[in-house]
Amino acid sequence: MRIVAFILASLIMMTVDHRQGHLERVRSVLTVFVYPLQYVANLPVTVINWVSESLTTRAGLVKENTRLREEQLILSSKVQKFEILEAENERLREMLKSSEKLDERVLIAELLAVDLQPFRHQIVINKGRREGVYEGQPIVDANGVMGQVVHVGPFSSTVLLLTDPIHAIPVRINRNGLRSVAVGTGQSHVLQLEHLPNNVDIKEGDLVVSSGLGSRFPPGYPVGVVYNISRVPGEPFAKVSILPSAQLEKSREVLLVWPKSSPELPSNFESSLDDPNLLDDLDVSARQ
Amino acid sequence: MLNKNTGGWILFISLLIAFLLTALPLPHWADDWRPAWVAMVLIYWCMALPERIGIGIAWCMGLLLDVQQGALLGQNALGLALIAYFVIQIHKRFRLFPLVQQSCLVGFIIIFYLLISSWVTGIMGIPPKTWTYWMPAISSMVLWPWLFVILRDIRRQYNVT
Repeated sequence: MRIVAFILASLIMMTVDHRQGHLERVRSVLTVFVYPLQYVANLPVTVINWVSESLTTRAGLVKENTRLREEQLILSSKVQKFEILEAENERLREMLKSSEKLDERVLIAELLAVDLQPFRHQIVINKGRREGVYEGQPIVDANGVMGQVVHVGPFSSTVLLLTDPIHAIPVRINRNGLRSVAVGTGQSHVLQLEHLPNNVDIKEGDLVVSSGLGSRFPPGYPVGVVYNISRVPGEPFAKVSILPSAQLEKSREVLLVWPKSSPELPSNFESSLDDPNLLDDLDVSARQ
Repeated sequence: MLNKNTGGWILFISLLIAFLLTALPLPHWADDWRPAWVAMVLIYWCMALPERIGIGIAWCMGLLLDVQQGALLGQNALGLALIAYFVIQIHKRFRLFPLVQQSCLVGFIIIFYLLISSWVTGIMGIPPKTWTYWMPAISSMVLWPWLFVILRDIRRQYNVT
């Protein structure tokens, strides 16, 4: 009859873990045993990378070096412009008495090449509570938002990616400030915008950035690019698909972000300023 | 002889390797075919040494697997405990089956294990969407004879009792 006890224990644990999350401590302790395993499983990949790096030919290195140099030149010229803009922005904000600091603390974490549950989109990174990682912390890579931390262990943490079917992130369209929520679909290259009416002003190629509402993700990081809009007459909402900007399957290094807890502006202050469509939206929803 | 348990480290290492194989990164196309290594190794030891490897150990392994895979705590624990229970119930018959029949049975056990996991994720609201979810059952079935022979030889060689 021990089996009955174990079944009951499993059921109770699953319920508690799903509903309350009191078990994070247990999970965190068990991670200590699991991390060495994941570390070892990751080793072959590390070794292969190392070997392929040390076997690169001189010509290849020179080529890469040239490319990087050019890239750096372009980037630094962009940064010059950006610095001027930042200064100007700061000055204007001070004039508005709402100074908002954009510089956030970041830390580079490396991804462990281990496979987790199939059909979920999670990754393991090699930074944990020791480095100050916390639950719900946003993760970005060079191109955009990747996801958020869901489980923290002492040396490692688990990250839920944007494309996981239970993930959602508040976003806005960069072009016109239209707000929405991007939810994961479980497919590795598709996010979907929820609850946008059929006649909404959105075009293929629109950049979607995090809106910072919900105060979990910092505002202004790119989330993805709209690549398909299907408006079916008769359906209440348009089906808008986004291609994530972040290299969700290719990144080896990710950035952990500690957003500055800046004094929050009233949530739609900013968007109502630069959002001519807000009124249209309200009209639309009133009509429906 | 009853109290003298030898070769505990063999049990430990075999389970360790099963965990490693579960975490090992595979190319995308092979990912769906990854056999349920931990479940298979547990099935073997539950059949060969039911007095040593029982429901308790299976449950703990499941819990570790949950942590490793980022699943709900208890999801794999439930599945593995039930597998251990079932295999221990029939271990005497299981030992006498020819390899092909054993493989088929292992396939069914893994389907049952996947079914439990899919119920749990289904209740969470993220049921498996494609039929590829069930392919580990087939790959486990195909690999069982090799696993069985390897583990049996190791068990005899190191006299694990």
